[in-house]
Amino acid sequence: MNSAIFSLKKVSKVFPGVKALDGVDLHLYPGQVTALIGENGAGKSTLVKTMTGIYQPDGGEIIFNGKPVQFHSPHDSHALGITAIHQETVLFDDLTVAENIFLGNYPMKKGLMTKRFSIDWSAMEAKSQEILSSINAHMSPNQILRELSIGQKHMVGIARALSVDAKVVILDEPTAALSHHEIHELYELVNTLRDQGKAILFITHKFDEIFTLADRYTVFRDGCYVGEGFIKDTNEALLVEMMVARSIEATYPKKDVEIGETLLEVSSLCHTTEFADISFSLKKGEILGVYGLVGSGRTEVMQALFGTTDHVTGSVKMNGKEVIIHSPKEAIDNGIVYVPEERQKQGIVLELPIYQNVSLPQMERLAKHGQIDQEGEMALARQYCERLQVKASCWDEKVMNLSGGNQQKVVIAKWLATNPKVIILDEPTKGIDIGSKAAVHEFMSELVDSGLAVIMVSSELPEILGMSDRILVMNEGLIVGELSRTDATPEKVVSLATGGSVTC
Amino acid sequence: MDTTIKKSATPDSMFTSKLQGLLRWESFLVLIVFLVCVMNSYLSPYFLDPWNLSDATFNFTEKALIALPMAMLIIAKEIDISVAAIISLSSTLMGLVAQMGAPVYAVAFVGVLAGAACGLFNGVLVTRFKIPSIVVTIGTMSLFRGISYILLGDQVVRDYPDGFEFFGQGYVYWVFSFELVLFAFFALVFYWLLHRTTFGRYTYAIGNNPTASYYSGIKVDKHRLILFTLVGVMSGVASILLTSRLGSTRPSIAMGWELSIITMVVLGGVSILGGSGTIAGVVLAVILMGLVTFGMGLLNIPGIVMTIIVGVMLITVVSLPVLITMYKTSLKRKEAKAL
Repeated sequence: MNSAIFSLKKVSKVFPGVKALDGVDLHLYPGQVTALIGENGAGKSTLVKTMTGIYQPDGGEIIFNGKPVQFHSPHDSHALGITAIHQETVLFDDLTVAENIFLGNYPMKKGLMTKRFSIDWSAMEAKSQEILSSINAHMSPNQILRELSIGQKHMVGIARALSVDAKVVILDEPTAALSHHEIHELYELVNTLRDQGKAILFITHKFDEIFTLADRYTVFRDGCYVGEGFIKDTNEALLVEMMVARSIEATYPKKDVEIGETLLEVSSLCHTTEFADISFSLKKGEILGVYGLVGSGRTEVMQALFGTTDHVTGSVKMNGKEVIIHSPKEAIDNGIVYVPEERQKQGIVLELPIYQNVSLPQMERLAKHGQIDQEGEMALARQYCERLQVKASCWDEKVMNLSGGNQQKVVIAKWLATNPKVIILDEPTKGIDIGSKAAVHEFMSELVDSGLAVIMVSSELPEILGMSDRILVMNEGLIVGELSRTDATPEKVVSLATGGSVTC
Repeated sequence: MDTTIKKSATPDSMFTSKLQGLLRWESFLVLIVFLVCVMNSYLSPYFLDPWNLSDATFNFTEKALIALPMAMLIIAKEIDISVAAIISLSSTLMGLVAQMGAPVYAVAFVGVLAGAACGLFNGVLVTRFKIPSIVVTIGTMSLFRGISYILLGDQVVRDYPDGFEFFGQGYVYWVFSFELVLFAFFALVFYWLLHRTTFGRYTYAIGNNPTASYYSGIKVDKHRLILFTLVGVMSGVASILLTSRLGSTRPSIAMGWELSIITMVVLGGVSILGGSGTIAGVVLAVILMGLVTFGMGLLNIPGIVMTIIVGVMLITVVSLPVLITMYKTSLKRKEAKAL
């Protein structure tokens, strides 16, 4: 076995009040994929920022090619060939693919003056094309980035990383926003990079990714190094135990709940561009899973039910009575609530305290003559946050100080407090750690047990298969299949969702 | 990162930390107000005379009345820079009805109504046509004042009915002018509105995250519309006071006031990006600005120099807390490194 090209030894990073990294070790080897595993808040993002020179470590050593190095800025690490592709790609929507790839590093024309001021456009285009075809990305260097899908944008991010002859490539949860098909393309790409001898750090929440891609793993917990080893010597249960320091046996605690009468009936819901002819029903006590690739129209349908999408035709019935929903207010009044996929943008007001977020949808009910009843708000927040086991130091803590999982719990608490009949969960466990994931799943079972109906939109197959009573599969704005819990297999769901053929 | 939070599982401690957080900027302003008072009384023996102080309040009460709703509007991530133009248009319309022989209450009513109409117009443009409020109100700033110029031309209206002068020149009790009492009253009203009502809570929620607020069932556009109208109404009220105090209307009345009003709001600790700020802070900032201008007036400092001093003061006061935090974090860094 060859030696590590990039090592962190006993690296620490302290923020006021928090030790984000506490003497952690990490080794990356050329031609190998190392998976970095840890719950949210384990210090993964801080680590990436330390490795790329955005943060300077407060202690420990960074060793590159056997020599200790110091990064004073991202520029220093970039110069050594360390590149990172971040969770949310930092690219420019209004520039072309080629411009994005070479941003800050444009090939210049030769000549005394021109080498300073004049970009060699044709060389840039040619080089971009070369890199793009080497990673099998089907796009033109002249395309404006805005026109591309999220998956394609990731490809551009990767191409950008390759344009500087990277030796170490860091991928920070690159698949979080990708569809099934795009994920596979990314896997192939990672394999190509590995074959080219690059050292790869792959940060992810998903175990299937770890086991398909990685050669080695390193586990962090609460800013501390827990252990490392070869993937072939371990299994999921062991890794989970290392991550959370406790074993989780049943990840999908699906309870059998008696299914009641029909609650929600949607018939021939149409939208001019996003979806057409959506009809389904939902019964009391049922969890309806909705599966589809990114862009299949699933989120748009849910938002139409919640009243945030315009130009929708068709009918929605609650308890057999036709309801008209043109705004979230009307949806809430009719007992339909929506936990959005974009939690921080649509779900919650980060700068407000927990209790104010929980009470927000029903301030008017809680108020007397327009005057806020703070005691009542507090009581409401306490009741629902305790039910959901939100971890916070006090209920007037700002939501932005919570971890992703706890933020999600606050969103769910907010909606439960309104006593809804139907709760729509759009990617309820996206980007949250394993512990919180299990809590959310458990809670879904509890919800249907208490007589609610749940619609769960998810692109995580195990979650869909593990939690749903019934599964709707969507593709290109249409419902292409409905499977019962017993009928559903991963293969069936995926082939329905991809329309049987490979389309992107 | 959230190790500190995880320690205590069932949180119940309440508003102690919040009070501290809220009071910091305001107590800082109190300190500066005090310093300015000491400095002024040291520099001029006339400063502490109650009648002098009372006279000084006329410098800011009218602007301050607009600063109150403006603070709420800015907290909600919007802005209105047409307020001075609204004063002008409202004053012009009052002048025209006064010329026709309208009684006092009718003139005042027209003033408020004109302000409300202007504010509503701004609000409709912002919410219905989704134009950013800064663009809309740059436009209506010229529009409203332009209408005033067309209606009045070079004319100066002085034919206000008897009794109209009370609004801007009358005293309720001893040194307390009607303007000052009215400002105190509205300060309490807006304090209640922003900090005690659902309307105020929605204002903060919208200012921090309009999308999530909409998704929580808040009628965001309606809320914005009400806020713009509120600013318009208060501009109308300010216009009555100013017109009454001057006893005349010209189209160029209140020229440039929008900037001093926004300065008061920002100095009061309202984030220009929206989402945070308090009425107490704005009231303190109003008093501070009033005292500083008054002090400089006593010292016979020319108007142009005053503008410079106010500008420098704004930048210094607003940047001081930032500098202090930077200094604190650098200290903590050093401590952490030493550990």
